[in-house]
Amino acid sequence: MSKRILIVDDEPNIVISLEFLMKKEGFEVAVATDGEEALAQVAGFNPDLVLLDVMMPKKSGFEVCEALRADPSRAGLQIVMLTAKGRDTEVAKGLAIGADAYVTKPFSTKELLARVKEMLGIA
Amino acid sequence: MMLSGWFIALLSAAYVGLLFAVARFGDARADAGRSIITANVYALSLAVYCTSWTFFGSVGRATSGGLSFLTIYLGPTLMLLCVGVIIKMIRIAKAQRITSIADFIASRYGKSQLLAGLVTIIAVIGIVPYIALQLKAVAASLDVLFDQPGHTIRLWGIDSTLLVAGVLALFTILFGTRHLDATERHEGMVAAVALESVVKLLAFIAVGVFVTYGMYGGFTDLFQKATAHPDLAGLLRLDGARAGTWAAMILLSALAIVFLPRQFQVMVVENVDESHLKRAVWLFPLYLLLINIFVLPVALGGLLHFGGQGVNPDTFVLTLPLSQGAESLALLVFIGGLSAATGMVIVETIALSTMICNDLAMPALLRSPWLQRQKQADLSGLLIGIRRVAIVLILLLGYIYFKAAGEAYALVGIGLISFAAVAQFAPALFGGMYWKQGTRTGALAGLLAGFAVWLYTLLLPSFAKSGWIGNGFVEHGLFGVDWLRAQALFGLSDLDEISHCLWWSMLANIGAYIAVSLLTEPDALEAGQAERFVDVFRHAQQAPDTRLWRGNASQTEVAALLERFLGPVRARQQLESYARSRRVSDWRSLPADAEFVHFAETELAGAIGSASARAMVSSVTREEDLGLEEVLDILDEATQVRAHSRELEAKQQELEAATAELREANERLRELDRMKDDFISTVTHELRTPLTSIRALSEMLYDDPKVELDQRRRFLGIIVSETERLTRLINQILDLAKLESGSAEWTTGEVHVGDVVREASEALGALYREKGVCLSVDIAEDLPAVLADRDRLMQVVVNLLSNAVKFVAPATGNVVVVVGREAKMLRVSVADNGPGLTAEECGVIFEKFRQGGNTMTDKPQGTGLGLPISRQIVEYFGGKLWVESTPGNGATFIFTVPLTQAVPDA
Repeated sequence: MSKRILIVDDEPNIVISLEFLMKKEGFEVAVATDGEEALAQVAGFNPDLVLLDVMMPKKSGFEVCEALRADPSRAGLQIVMLTAKGRDTEVAKGLAIGADAYVTKPFSTKELLARVKEMLGIA
Repeated sequence: MMLSGWFIALLSAAYVGLLFAVARFGDARADAGRSIITANVYALSLAVYCTSWTFFGSVGRATSGGLSFLTIYLGPTLMLLCVGVIIKMIRIAKAQRITSIADFIASRYGKSQLLAGLVTIIAVIGIVPYIALQLKAVAASLDVLFDQPGHTIRLWGIDSTLLVAGVLALFTILFGTRHLDATERHEGMVAAVALESVVKLLAFIAVGVFVTYGMYGGFTDLFQKATAHPDLAGLLRLDGARAGTWAAMILLSALAIVFLPRQFQVMVVENVDESHLKRAVWLFPLYLLLINIFVLPVALGGLLHFGGQGVNPDTFVLTLPLSQGAESLALLVFIGGLSAATGMVIVETIALSTMICNDLAMPALLRSPWLQRQKQADLSGLLIGIRRVAIVLILLLGYIYFKAAGEAYALVGIGLISFAAVAQFAPALFGGMYWKQGTRTGALAGLLAGFAVWLYTLLLPSFAKSGWIGNGFVEHGLFGVDWLRAQALFGLSDLDEISHCLWWSMLANIGAYIAVSLLTEPDALEAGQAERFVDVFRHAQQAPDTRLWRGNASQTEVAALLERFLGPVRARQQLESYARSRRVSDWRSLPADAEFVHFAETELAGAIGSASARAMVSSVTREEDLGLEEVLDILDEATQVRAHSRELEAKQQELEAATAELREANERLRELDRMKDDFISTVTHELRTPLTSIRALSEMLYDDPKVELDQRRRFLGIIVSETERLTRLINQILDLAKLESGSAEWTTGEVHVGDVVREASEALGALYREKGVCLSVDIAEDLPAVLADRDRLMQVVVNLLSNAVKFVAPATGNVVVVVGREAKMLRVSVADNGPGLTAEECGVIFEKFRQGGNTMTDKPQGTGLGLPISRQIVEYFGGKLWVESTPGNGATFIFTVPLTQAVPDA
């Protein structure tokens, strides 16, 4: 059975590229373009992994991550933070609030895929 | 029988004998080093202020002036409240071994013999009549006692007043000139005076109680009777119209409590312990209160009792008891009056004789060829002799004045006239204590001016009133010049004579003192003394004095000088005790250094006054003249230390201020740094975002050649547009950086904004049509050109128009551009019917990278730098760019450009 990935980003072009990338690998993909939509999608789509942008309207990626981590029933959910802000403090913050990985933009598609697969146990 | 001449003589003699005994005891105890001068004795000795003028005269004054007699006692009370001033005076007097008020003033102004002499002369002229008044009071009280049938006024054919004067002279000589003390203290005399103060107080209270409760039924009864009496009722009211007079009286008596020679003697010279003053501050006013309680009752009682009989109110204290047959009370009152008179005469005479000896006789003697010849003779006996002669002379003068003046106004009114005379010392003395710039010449000028005015407006008119001299200068002015009328100088005729004199004399005195002081330079000695007086609390007793003397002295010569003036025994004593204080076993091995010379001069000053002492010491030593500059330098050392610490303090404050400034600057820098950091972080984010799409899509296309053509085309399209976005972003960042740093290039010329708007709307027409948004342009006619950069203005208009189309809904969108003028500005507005902005957003959108959140397209294509750049441009031309909007009602962006203002050079 294929793993489900939720892509959350407010940049349409990034969403397009990530969606294409993940679908090509056979994942089931859903998209959200802001934080609130992301939380709704998690509830409805029930993903195994979330690719979560940090800078978004309505709710930032950090807030979404915190909300997800506050829900014990989602303990197994993998969260990959994606951000164009690569400062150390932000990486630390993301990991501190419970993200499983932190990837800075622009990223290498191969590395991102490898990372996602590794986290989902499909090596 | 009780009032027989013999009995009174015996009683008086016994009383004087008692005083002798007390004085003797006091001196003996002082010699034994166990002073009997306590705080209470000191306070009581101050009551020498209450003379027979108080004892008899207060009642007299109350019968005519009502409560105004109180002013004479309010002033001293107020003066004593200035404890600090008096303590400073005492401290200076001790440090400088001051012997009299003349010495005090002279010492301050460079130990000037001239000044000392002048003060002495003023004091003598002002005070001798006052002494005469005391003699008169004793004579008058004797007259009253003897005015009973069968008594005689003469004893052994000698005028009783002369007898009294003689006894007083003897007493004064015995206790005032026993020896020449270095500090000029007379503890026995002070004790005797304190006892006299008690006696006169008891006597006055006794007669007061007798009149109030014996003759009448107490205060209430007495005042009711008086109120019922039409002539007397007025005495009980405070007369508001005399407020000026009251003020003058209070001021005058406040000065008198310090400056009358006898007061200066007991308060300053005779003070053994500064702390005694603290007791005196309340005890002396209490004394004054007690001695005044019965003044009005006695006055009223006398007026009621003797109404119309022509009895002299000054004698009420005696005549009232006598009228009731209370002879023993009358005798007590007589003794009280005698106490008041003798106390005053003794202390005043001692003070004056010291001044005459030190400040008039000594300077003359020191210059006389006779004294020059008597090189080694012991002069201490001569000094005492001079003083004794002076005492006799003063009392004789007083007696002569009394005989000559008799009932004349010049005697009766002398109390306040004396007060006004000594008040002339106030500017030079207070000035000397608190104002370093006061100079000797200034003090001389002030004293002379004040004294002259006093003479002309008060003393001479009193002579004229007595009929001794013509009164033309009082009635018509000197030489018939009207404005020189002695008691209405320059037409000032509303004041009573005392206030008038006080006003003009103080004006002349203070004016001359200050003006001349400011115009003259002090010499070295004066500058040194000024420093020691004004800063007495700061200087250690010895240090500054010795630093100010430089020269050669022979120890034997200086010792010989001391022996000459103090007598060999006393000189030896003082030298030995001084040697002990310097831990030298034999005084002969003392070094003849500055400190030794200073010791000798101080010892001499106690005997012959500071001015004469200075003259004598410099006659036996070879002094180097210290220039004024040098003295000031030396004195400055102390000041410099203070100045340094002040400087340090100031430096520290400066440092603290600088630190605070630095901290603030640092804070600002950190804030700027943080803003720069944020900016870079934001820029990074904005650059990375398009790069992310470009990289991801490129990689996928590169890795997978089998991507469908459609998809491939779509990805490449995105890559191209993201690249364009990246380019635009980089351009705008550079543009903004140039604008902000001021390095942007401007091509300024005349620009028709209408044309620019038309052109911009044409350029963007395709975009509007594509989205189905209606764009209407309304340009007013006859708009003048503005000075601006056409391309930059175009940039602003395009930015606003492209923003507007972005935020309105397709098809229903409507954008209206209006170009018009408003006052001196050209105004362009771009109104849309988009979602509008909240108040917060209205401010935020002009910040960098802050785009409006609610776009109708999926994602704003802007960089978030358009508006900040536009605002920079508009502001560069002196205009403004802002937005007016409420959520739901669209937004109107407006910018203005000044019409006439010249554009700054690019």
